[in-house]
Amino acid sequence: MCLAVPARVEELHDFDQATVEVGGVRSKCSLAFLDDVEVGDYVIVHVGHAITRLDVEEAERSLALFRELAEKLGESPDAIYSGVS
Amino acid sequence: MRYIQGFRDGRTAHALSRLIADEVQTDRDYHLMEFCGGHTHAVFRHGIPDLLPDNVKLVHGPGCPVCVLPVSRLDMAIELAGDDNVILASYGDMLRVPASRRNSLLNARARGKDVRVVQSAVEALELARANPDREVVLFAIGFETTTPPTALAIKQAAAMDLSNFSVFCNHVLTPSAIQSILDSPEVRRLGQVRVDGFLGPSHVSTIIGSAPYEFFAAEYQRPVVIAGFEPLDVLTSIRMLIRQMNDGRAEVENQFLRGVSRDGNEKAKALVADVLELRPDFAWRGLGHVPYSGLRIKREYRRFDAEKRFEMVEREVRENAACQCPAVIRGVKKPTDCEIFGTVCTPRNPIGSCMVSDEGACAAYYRYRRYAEAG
Repeated sequence: MCLAVPARVEELHDFDQATVEVGGVRSKCSLAFLDDVEVGDYVIVHVGHAITRLDVEEAERSLALFRELAEKLGESPDAIYSGVS
Repeated sequence: MRYIQGFRDGRTAHALSRLIADEVQTDRDYHLMEFCGGHTHAVFRHGIPDLLPDNVKLVHGPGCPVCVLPVSRLDMAIELAGDDNVILASYGDMLRVPASRRNSLLNARARGKDVRVVQSAVEALELARANPDREVVLFAIGFETTTPPTALAIKQAAAMDLSNFSVFCNHVLTPSAIQSILDSPEVRRLGQVRVDGFLGPSHVSTIIGSAPYEFFAAEYQRPVVIAGFEPLDVLTSIRMLIRQMNDGRAEVENQFLRGVSRDGNEKAKALVADVLELRPDFAWRGLGHVPYSGLRIKREYRRFDAEKRFEMVEREVRENAACQCPAVIRGVKKPTDCEIFGTVCTPRNPIGSCMVSDEGACAAYYRYRRYAEAG
């Protein structure tokens, strides 16, 4: 039930409505719970409503940390299986 | 997709798995409860148990609204759908859930009753506008994530003076469920369930914020980490919990900084507070009666309350004796401990709600683990 996906705002419409996009799929969503959303922002969508803004800066910071970690310690995904008994 | 795929990278998962293995203390166990059914599925779908040391154990929590809805409330919805003037609008998850006497909403629909699947509360409103001579009832279930859209629909119905729309409200609260688990005899005294820390649900927390968990951390000395739903989020959060336990800390930490703040979504919270209020008591499947754990429609909006409009009554029901859903929901039993798991009870022919829902623990085990568990 609480499944939600990050989506990019493509177009703003009247009555707090917007068109959002995830992986090439476009759908309508309500922005009634958020203020001042602009085209290009990312929001997290649940049952047709944006429940929060996705903080792109924070997300990028996490991804950068993950990349660093992968370069320092990570092996290819295949290596994981050899470690599993 | 960047903010989905980016958090699923296999190499990083491997690196995190190594870090966790390095940091766990070998002379102790770590029993971590993922509260949310969405986490249970993410954990199995991405094979996370195989990336963890043996002494890090995941306990599955009750965070599946479909699973915790008592059969008696589902019976009420089916009875309502029996009224030929009613269109019952339901989220798809509920349709196949077994009710009393092997009934279900899907069966009701097969018998010609008007049960419609909606993906959003707004669609129920649209149904009501399109069918002015019928009564449209939204069968509203869900935790705090799903509640604001219901409240918004009621507000909009009031603004439009939509007289043929009402809501059968079954919304429940996450903090109450966590407290009920921590207070349960299995955890407190019997020692059947050990929960040393919680992976908190990030989507619920986008609305309520991280502050409501501070009480559990302080009062019950259990660390809580608000965790995202992608595999790297889950692994990072598990590592954060292990670190807290190693340091002897019990704090609320937020791994899902990209969507959750301490206070949550004030606008959504205000809307919910305007339309809905606490129920003095709500019966959960598995957890039993939990005081102030559910929401009902306020007096000012009572004309949109289906329970009042249709004078709905809750009747006691007998649960299927073989089904272990209630124990699975409490974390006391694993799905594979249930005698009918995977034999009598399968996703095609579910006996209990945990096998139906996309967030149910039994469905997760059936889909991802049934061969692994068999050895």
